[in-house]
Amino acid sequence: MTEKEPLLSAKNLKLIREPLGQSNPITVQVLGICSALAITVQLKPAIVMTISVIAVMAISNVVISLLRKLIPPRIRIIVELVVIATLVILVDEILQAFAYEVSKQLSVFVGLIITNCIIMGRLEAFAMANKPWASFLDGLGNAFGYGLILIIVSFFRELFGAGTLLGYQVIPQSFYDFGYENNGMMVLPPMALVVVGIIIWVQRSRNKDLVEQN
Amino acid sequence: MKHFSNTYIFIFSVIMVIIVAVLLSFVAMQLKPLQELNKEIERKEDILASVKEAGEASDVKEKNTYIEQEFSKYITDSYVVDYNGEVVEGEDAFEITLKIEEQADKEFENRLFPVFVYTDEGGGHCYIVPVRGKGLWGPIWGYISFESDFNTIYGAIFDHVGETPGLGAEINTTWFESEFEGKKIFNEKGNFVSIAVLKSTDTQSNPHAVDAISGGTITSNGLNDMLEENLSGYVNHFKNK
Repeated sequence: MTEKEPLLSAKNLKLIREPLGQSNPITVQVLGICSALAITVQLKPAIVMTISVIAVMAISNVVISLLRKLIPPRIRIIVELVVIATLVILVDEILQAFAYEVSKQLSVFVGLIITNCIIMGRLEAFAMANKPWASFLDGLGNAFGYGLILIIVSFFRELFGAGTLLGYQVIPQSFYDFGYENNGMMVLPPMALVVVGIIIWVQRSRNKDLVEQN
Repeated sequence: MKHFSNTYIFIFSVIMVIIVAVLLSFVAMQLKPLQELNKEIERKEDILASVKEAGEASDVKEKNTYIEQEFSKYITDSYVVDYNGEVVEGEDAFEITLKIEEQADKEFENRLFPVFVYTDEGGGHCYIVPVRGKGLWGPIWGYISFESDFNTIYGAIFDHVGETPGLGAEINTTWFESEFEGKKIFNEKGNFVSIAVLKSTDTQSNPHAVDAISGGTITSNGLNDMLEENLSGYVNHFKNK
């Protein structure tokens, strides 16, 4: 790696772009599915969750990357967990103070960001071996990739499940008068899995590289 | 791979833990007043909801001021009674409600029981009491409002920390809460019978029972016990009225 690499070089941009598509943590690596099912009933908690994960992931990647030469390999997993847990508790405290309703809705899932395998995975695989700036971008990229799927899934679930977006009615009353009904299935977790499945299907049919050869 | 001595690992961990501890306690201390305020507003909103007021809370911009306004408008009085039904002077009902879990640690005879008085636009009164108990995974709580006969339930709302979604968590839904309306906690002879949460027998015509939640047995039983335990503390007070 050259010393004077520009901040947004092609290689660095790739760190952000790839997790959005061809190495997306949810649809390609199939990580973090659990929380993707739980908090995508409505758009708003999904967006808050996305922001929380972006913050935790970017900061923890940078912290671990800065410390990577100081962290004894024998206790590195513990150190990674301590860093993630600290950040998650900070996020939780801040939500409780400034977005109480949302924090109640997300309830245990904020705490469960700690166990979100995407974050541990990126710390182990990337931040332990790369410089802070690259790690920061990698963290952002993966968190965006995760959040993108959350937002797409919750968009469809809220639209078809409740006829609203961000709590505002978007499907007009006249549709209901003609016999349209909200799909109760959309509100339940299994439909999140189906929607994620459809996204994976669409993505793979457009990008044949992702299809396994066997 | 670089070699790290045991001493290094030990010192590294100690420093890391100290930094993290200081940071977290500092933030927790700083944010505490805001978090407490949020809890107060939530309790007030719940108390209002048990008498079907403050329904626009989720639509208004300044939610905190709206709730405070509605609370001071409708909740015209509050007092605290002891087990014998005597009013205890010098205790604030809302303070006790905020820390109602502390009451559960005391001997039942020594507990304090807060009552909130609601006055509607026509001048009629309702009496709201807080209840708190154990669900399956954690605490459950609620507010029950009684009509001025201190017997008939006017409204009830419940909430929980982490009951199972779709099963026990249903206790905070309207269909379950509305079952309590019009039920009575004293039988014809004037004895306290509480409200039983029963597996679907004929609960419609039974004035002392509601239909439990299928699949949420332990939460339903917890709610049943919560009502019996908490409301029995008010029996002497209600009978004196």
